[in-house]
Amino acid sequence: MTRRIDGAAYMTEMRPQDILLPTAAGLCCKPGGFHIDPVRPVERAVITHGHSDHARAGHGAVLATQETLDMMRLRYGENFAGSTQVISYGEEIRLGDVKVKFHPAGHVLGSAQIAVTCKDTCIVASGDYKDAPDPTCTPFELVPCDVFITEATFGLPVFRHGDAADEVKKLLASVALFPERAHLVGAYSLGKAQRVMKLLRLAGYDAPIYLHGAMEKITYYYQSRGIELGELRPVAGMKKAALAGTITLAPPSATSDIWARRFPDPVTAFASGWMRVRARARQGGIELPLVISDHADWDGLTATIAATGAGEIWVTHGQEDALVHWCKSRGLRAQPLDLVGYGDEEESETPPQGEAEA
Amino acid sequence: MNRFAELLDRLAYEPGRNNKLRLITAYFREVGDPDRGYALAALTGALSFKHAKPALIRDLIASRTDEVLFGLSYDYVGDLSETVALMWPKAAMAAHNNPPPPTLTEVVTTLRTLGKTELPKQLERWLDELDETGRWALLKLVTGALRIGISARLAKTAAAALGDKDPHEIELIWPGLSPPYLDLFAWLEGRSEKPVNRDPAPFRPVMLAHAIEDGDFAALDPADYIAEWKWDGIRVQAVAGRDERGQITARLYSRTGEDITGSFPDLVPSLRLPGAIDGELLILREGRVQSFNVLQQRLNRKVVSPKLIKEFPIHLRAYDLLGDDENDLRELPFAERRERLETFIGKLGDPRIDLSPTVPFASWDALTAARADPASAGAGEDADAVEGVMLKRRDAPYLPGRPKGQWWKWKRDPHIIDAVLMYAQRGHGKRSSYYSDYTFGVWTEGADGDELVPVGKAYFGFTDEELLQIDRFVRRNTTEKFGPVRHVVHEGDKGLVLEVAFEGLQRSPRHKSGVAMRFPRISRLRWDKPPREADRLETLEKMLKAEAAEVEA
Repeated sequence: MTRRIDGAAYMTEMRPQDILLPTAAGLCCKPGGFHIDPVRPVERAVITHGHSDHARAGHGAVLATQETLDMMRLRYGENFAGSTQVISYGEEIRLGDVKVKFHPAGHVLGSAQIAVTCKDTCIVASGDYKDAPDPTCTPFELVPCDVFITEATFGLPVFRHGDAADEVKKLLASVALFPERAHLVGAYSLGKAQRVMKLLRLAGYDAPIYLHGAMEKITYYYQSRGIELGELRPVAGMKKAALAGTITLAPPSATSDIWARRFPDPVTAFASGWMRVRARARQGGIELPLVISDHADWDGLTATIAATGAGEIWVTHGQEDALVHWCKSRGLRAQPLDLVGYGDEEESETPPQGEAEA
Repeated sequence: MNRFAELLDRLAYEPGRNNKLRLITAYFREVGDPDRGYALAALTGALSFKHAKPALIRDLIASRTDEVLFGLSYDYVGDLSETVALMWPKAAMAAHNNPPPPTLTEVVTTLRTLGKTELPKQLERWLDELDETGRWALLKLVTGALRIGISARLAKTAAAALGDKDPHEIELIWPGLSPPYLDLFAWLEGRSEKPVNRDPAPFRPVMLAHAIEDGDFAALDPADYIAEWKWDGIRVQAVAGRDERGQITARLYSRTGEDITGSFPDLVPSLRLPGAIDGELLILREGRVQSFNVLQQRLNRKVVSPKLIKEFPIHLRAYDLLGDDENDLRELPFAERRERLETFIGKLGDPRIDLSPTVPFASWDALTAARADPASAGAGEDADAVEGVMLKRRDAPYLPGRPKGQWWKWKRDPHIIDAVLMYAQRGHGKRSSYYSDYTFGVWTEGADGDELVPVGKAYFGFTDEELLQIDRFVRRNTTEKFGPVRHVVHEGDKGLVLEVAFEGLQRSPRHKSGVAMRFPRISRLRWDKPPREADRLETLEKMLKAEAAEVEA
């Protein structure tokens, strides 16, 4: 009899790790037969967003939002996967023994949280997310769940990102103060760059914005999705003198590259949540740090965790220790998820790669 | 305060000297008295209040935040003030009252009069009132650690630019000025006469030397230079002058202008002739100069006991004369000042003050030989306290700062050993993401055969490129982690050999190895050398014998 009760309990209350389990290839959903954001080629991949550490080429089948699939196609070419399937926000589909539903993550255009429900247990793999406003993507949606998988890129209480619009004001003040210099803004080419451009427009800046070559494709894609960014020009071919007083968006690594020599006495800015910490800015030779992040800050992470109502929190990529500690101090079950290959900021955060998607 | 904080914040990132000047001058122009005066004082290190200890800041943050979260944050940020400024949670009360943030003047004047017990509450209030940058600047200010890459000279230059004056003019009157420099700004803005320096024994900004490189000699003519020994002591300026009543005031200044008279009362009676001597503070026993290790016993003492004075008799070895009675000699060529100095020291006739001898040489080869063997080139028994030679242009006036081509220092070669990297720790500040602090060891006979024993720590000497290489090596060869410290593989055939240069050795009961190095730095990476071939503790002990005996004498 006892045995039967145990069996019944097992049937209705699956352990969360039976639904999603970290493996070398990424977060694996056995009952659903897929991986979320796999770092190695797998048969079936479900992808949260288009950043290259989450969306890789070479999978058999890929399920993602239209924007994410488009971005992968832009980056990797037409044959980036065996087959693709589009899913919209709010849409739910069945994969094997589980149901999968996509919700906006507010991280970049097309970014999604993935809710995986098996029996009565709902796990939300939030991917990268932010709860701060962003005029270039659908706002973050809170999804109540039993287990919440959160990133921890800025999982330390020193990371409190203010209003991004104020940071853009700082940039414009500097342009006014040094009209004879060019302003070079390092920003990750997918998401951050377009957000900075949009914020500049919202702040009333209506001069042409110049683009590094690596920015062009993805930025034009954003425009094609109806995000108005005003007049944009490729910086290639411009005369040095003509760039005085202008703003150019470039991948962060380019701002310290020989490429930057084409600008008249450039002021090097960098739009990133890492800019909150002075040493980070100085390491990269940044003169004008702009604290603009595509990830939730400490207050955002903790508020979101609390609001999901989840009793168990899995913490991945970033400053897991602090966030796990915070969860436990709030009486939540929490553990770091040992997933490799995402962000990996703690160990390799310094430029040129590290800025990546902060 | 927030405006000053904004300036500091921008300065901290601005690498260009001219842009820094522009930012500071713009601040002086925009901000009125007395705030800008206190800002100038802060930038020149002229503010005097009792600094808050880091422990107090830690207590404050501990009362507001979770200890573990603070620890993790501090480890990540690498700077106490910044960590606290970033994570400071404002009190709920503050949001309601919303008092205006304090001005810089308010902060500085309050700190000057505030009792020790009132400080924590006051700081807390300010932290609640200021924004993140304001908190950061406040904490830097109260702990006395601005360190934003602005020299006092640069700040004065920016002030001079306000009135289109030569910064040298400010240097000359500076010792008589005090915050908030109302008279200085009035003069700079053309509202009043130039302030007069009324201090009877003012500090004169010191002249510094460049390190000479092998390639420099070809362009220099030996006949243009006078050489002296470079003493391994402390550079000081000993100034005596008459006040309005004709009484002698004597002061001893460090090279940065800090008044250190109180630490050396035994030298004061010897400063009875009005004048300003540039020289080296040394310990002399029976006429013989003692090593720096010995001199160190007299430094940073709160109480200077008669016993200390007797056992470590202080001495001034003079090498330049900047003022002779009422006459400012700084415009004179060095050769002439040297003659005046010889006369001055002769007239003084005091056993505690003597002349640093010149080192005669006719060619660079002759000087090279003298530098290699000071004992037989005139330094005699004092040779151990010689750390190289100084070259001074005969025709050089005494210029503040480090003017090019006037004075050169040519240090003796350091001691070198090959040691094995054992532990690495992340650096602070700019280096907080790099493993840049290294503990290294040498071989010694242990219970189970040879083992490495740590003999020192070094965190500079390497190039940026080498830092990246070591950092990579550390990350790939970590065997264990203890918080911010990584245990790096160090076996006979696995590990990294560091060539370590250092200036001297001391016996140290605090170190397991029993020795402590002076001024150790990484001089080379020996990727080519297997750790088993690194040096042994016996080598260091041999070096030690000669040096250590003196301290106890």
